[in-house]
Amino acid sequence: MLEIKCPYCGKRSQNEFSYGGDATIKRPQLGEEISTEDWDNFVYYRDNPRGKHSELWHHVSGCRQWFKVSRDTATHEIFDTCKMNEDFNV
Amino acid sequence: MSNSFRTTNSTGLINKDKKINFTFNGTIYHGYEGDTLASALIANGVHLVGRSFKYHRPRGFLGVGVEEPNAMVQLHDGNKSEPNIIATEVELVEGLKAKSQNCWPSVQFDIGEINNVLNRFFPAGFYYKTFMWPKSFWMKIYEPFIRKAAGMGKAPLLPDPDRYEHNYEHCDVLVVGSGPSGLASALAAAKNGARVILAEDKPNFGGSLLTDEVTIGNMSGKEWASDTISQLKSMPNVILKKRSQVFGYYDHNMTVMIERVSDHIENPSKYTPRQRLHYIRAGEVIVSTGSIERPISFGNNDRPGIVLASAAKEYMKVYETLVGKKPIIFTNNDTAYSTALEFIKNDIEPIIVDTRDSSNGELVKEVQQKGISIKFNSGIADTKGHLKINSAIIGKLDSSKESFISEETVECDCICMSGGWTPTVHLSSQAGNKLKFNDDIDAFVPDKKRQKETAIGAANGSFTLNQSLAEGFQVGFDLSNKFTDQNNPTNSPNSNEPSYEKHEKLWCMPLPSGKKPKRFIDFQNDVAVSDVELAIREGFRSIEHVKRYTTLGMAGDQGKTSNLNGLQYVSKIEKKIVPEVGHTTFRPPYTPVTIGAIVGREVGNHYLPTRKSPIHTWHEENNAVFVAAGLWQRPRYYPRGSEDMNTAVNREAANVRKNVGICDVTTLGKIDIKGPDAPEFLNRVYTNAWLKLPVGKARYGVMLREDGMVFDDGTTSRLSENHFHMTTTTAQAANVLSHLEYYLQVVWPDLDVNVLSTTEQWSGIAVAGPKSRDLLSKLFPDVDMSNEGLPFMGLVDSSIDGIKARIYRISFSGELAYEVNVESNYGLYIWKKIMEEGQSFDIQPYGTEALSTLRIEMGHVAGAELDGRTIPFDVGLNSMVSQKKDFIGKRSLSKDAFTESDRQTIVGLVPLDKKTKIPEGSHIIEDNSAVAPIPKLGHVSSSCWSVEYNNPFSIAIIKDGKNKIGKNLYAVSPLKDISIPVEVVSSHYVDPEGSRVRS
Ligand SMILES: [Zn+2]
Repeated sequence: MLEIKCPYCGKRSQNEFSYGGDATIKRPQLGEEISTEDWDNFVYYRDNPRGKHSELWHHVSGCRQWFKVSRDTATHEIFDTCKMNEDFNV
Repeated sequence: MSNSFRTTNSTGLINKDKKINFTFNGTIYHGYEGDTLASALIANGVHLVGRSFKYHRPRGFLGVGVEEPNAMVQLHDGNKSEPNIIATEVELVEGLKAKSQNCWPSVQFDIGEINNVLNRFFPAGFYYKTFMWPKSFWMKIYEPFIRKAAGMGKAPLLPDPDRYEHNYEHCDVLVVGSGPSGLASALAAAKNGARVILAEDKPNFGGSLLTDEVTIGNMSGKEWASDTISQLKSMPNVILKKRSQVFGYYDHNMTVMIERVSDHIENPSKYTPRQRLHYIRAGEVIVSTGSIERPISFGNNDRPGIVLASAAKEYMKVYETLVGKKPIIFTNNDTAYSTALEFIKNDIEPIIVDTRDSSNGELVKEVQQKGISIKFNSGIADTKGHLKINSAIIGKLDSSKESFISEETVECDCICMSGGWTPTVHLSSQAGNKLKFNDDIDAFVPDKKRQKETAIGAANGSFTLNQSLAEGFQVGFDLSNKFTDQNNPTNSPNSNEPSYEKHEKLWCMPLPSGKKPKRFIDFQNDVAVSDVELAIREGFRSIEHVKRYTTLGMAGDQGKTSNLNGLQYVSKIEKKIVPEVGHTTFRPPYTPVTIGAIVGREVGNHYLPTRKSPIHTWHEENNAVFVAAGLWQRPRYYPRGSEDMNTAVNREAANVRKNVGICDVTTLGKIDIKGPDAPEFLNRVYTNAWLKLPVGKARYGVMLREDGMVFDDGTTSRLSENHFHMTTTTAQAANVLSHLEYYLQVVWPDLDVNVLSTTEQWSGIAVAGPKSRDLLSKLFPDVDMSNEGLPFMGLVDSSIDGIKARIYRISFSGELAYEVNVESNYGLYIWKKIMEEGQSFDIQPYGTEALSTLRIEMGHVAGAELDGRTIPFDVGLNSMVSQKKDFIGKRSLSKDAFTESDRQTIVGLVPLDKKTKIPEGSHIIEDNSAVAPIPKLGHVSSSCWSVEYNNPFSIAIIKDGKNKIGKNLYAVSPLKDISIPVEVVSSHYVDPEGSRVRS
């Protein structure tokens, strides 16, 4: 079980959180003209990297804040966590 | 005969003043307080414990602790029965019942032993080879046979009556194992102010200090251990746990430890758990798990009476028990000589067989000084004795040590063997540590760590006391210093121990001349040297493949005594060095863990939390039959007298259509939405328009996922300019809240909106039916309930008896209907009030079944239709989709597949016979007599008995649905062998114009 540092609450066990996928995905603007291919890339296609990955987690059994985690998908090492409007330090 | 194998000294840890009676295979024996089942049996001369897994060979004890591969027993009877328990780990308790397993009719005479005679037909991989053909034999003949033959103990069929608990712990330093290095590190860390947990698997702290003749400072090793424990006990920052095995090392320094709380207590109190599972998140973990002695492979090395030398020593020193009175010590190293000396202390002269040419170690000399001659350059070739060893064939090794020059038969009643020591690296390996091979000790030791874990002492390959203590004190201080600022190191005391000469790299004896006895490597899985040879001959090279083909190291003991010997043998045949062969992966659990402990208290009603509405007690008092809706318990129907479900549901639903019904809808998700951008946010979340919803009005809304599938629906009302009240389905309440938070926090943080779940703050009561207006007018005399005063989708605040109530005119049933919301705590009061006033209007409560019936008849969609595979078009909600604005998921709706006109869409179905109810999940096909595979048009999502028309009615989602209306098709359920001719009708079966809700 991972130990994740919520930027609002501090370190908590993984079972308080839910995973939210790739944090680098940007939703297209509302009303934006967008090709089907670009839209599909946004909706469906995700990289599946081995190694460092920026991802979203939701402190669902805690403060209910979404935040960013930089994690190694192979070793589970967590390099850094930060609020949505912040950038990783590491 | 009773306890005739006890020593006469009383320097051990058993209490000979307290007798304990126990039963093994029906015979009553006694042992003493402090005994294990193993030591008590051995003291009574019992070595034959069970039969081996594959060949049903008689087996006894090999070890004294967790390493034991053979001595597995079935404990207790009935619901307390437990299979495959290692006798060396069972503490003796009054009345304990144990029996042998994997044997029939008895452990002395076991029919399955025929497998041993036929062993040439059961080589490695025999399952793969033998049982592949003919195919039809698998299910009927091979599989049942294997199941029966390969059984170990028997799992109980009754529920486990015991209580298991979970506990979460945090500490700075977790020390696993309380031998010299563990005690030293715990003491150093604790004295430096760190929060320490020290875990010991055995009932006594001290590890090797309990059996080794050493001194630390001015104390014996044993005294120093007990002194150190007393010091640790007095410190508030230390938790000491014995009978506690750390069996798993998971990510981010999460370790899991199983504590045996009450099995050793005669009459534990009812609420004392049997076992406790501790999840320990440790800042640093010190792995001081020691080492396990290695056996040696030689002919018939598995007979009862053949034990590890260290085990024999521990039985003598801790349990005051002799494994035999005519021992042979067989070794490739010096440590076994301490076992020899212990026998000598008990006036028994062992025969010593040493593979080495000579040794000048201190213990060897001491033995020689006592006048014992040592057979150097010798090995055991074979043994005899069917149910218990009675003699050994000792051979003189030639210079290459590949064969015996001469052989002699020597009588004995036990062999104490030692092939050297293997560091217990399991936890380090589980933690991701890349092990390295240490040539000096011929074993793997931890090397590159991935987590905050440090192996010390024998687990780190440091086999001397001096080194173990030094590492312990140093590492304990260094690691604790990360957590405290005390900088208070503890010095390692002086210690004295005998010096040892090096072991010989020889773990497998040559075969005796003219014979091919089995030389076992893995006792628990019956894997012999010949099986490893066969695997390599057949081309298996990777050690992982050899392991799986032979099953070496794959038994419940996880190869604690066999892995390295197997590796060594593979490397010998392959003429490679061991590090090239590599090692297999260690995985948790280190020792078997009961399912009960893993599950803990989450059993029965505690499996999941139960949510109850504030009106729950009324439902119970009024004969409700409940159904689980997620975590909620909801009334399904309220049978009267001897009514069955269908009769009750039809009555309840019909009463809503005719009079008035009342339904507890508290479980619906409710979300409070506030902020200046709330209308804009709703406009983006829902498919329809929200900017112009007037204050005091509700609106039905549908929300999609980005992939265009319908996510949820519900009504949301505007309470004031910037304040909305959203309702969701019961099932999706939590997901919708997370969804809204995601868009507000991640995607559109610029929107000034707050969302908050208020599901549990409101109690919701639906009042539905043509008489609902009259009833509510009576309850709320100051509210204008007329169609103009409170129109459909309107809302108004009022009160009853001073209790604030909000009345929404919304309807799920399709009838004229209202929903009264009050603060949760008043839910029951208001419900009763409505029931009371409703009597004169023939009010009846209705449950979820009638609720379903009413909505299905009306063609209202619910979870069965909004199943994550339907877009608004499919379920008749296209009119809800705004063409003028963008919203979540809109772009997906214009994708090719989503704009095809013949998509599967919602329709109604009526069976032609007007009698047969169509099972939900049935397939819809066009031609009943077509040859399979018959093209499937769609499926039935919801079914009910229409109370309006008094015949069955279903909702289905079928290809090109609109154009199929009026056609006759078939609803088939191959599982139930049902085929029902049906007519396709509109899904709006009752009141398609929707005039009732607006009446
Ligand atoms: Zn938080």
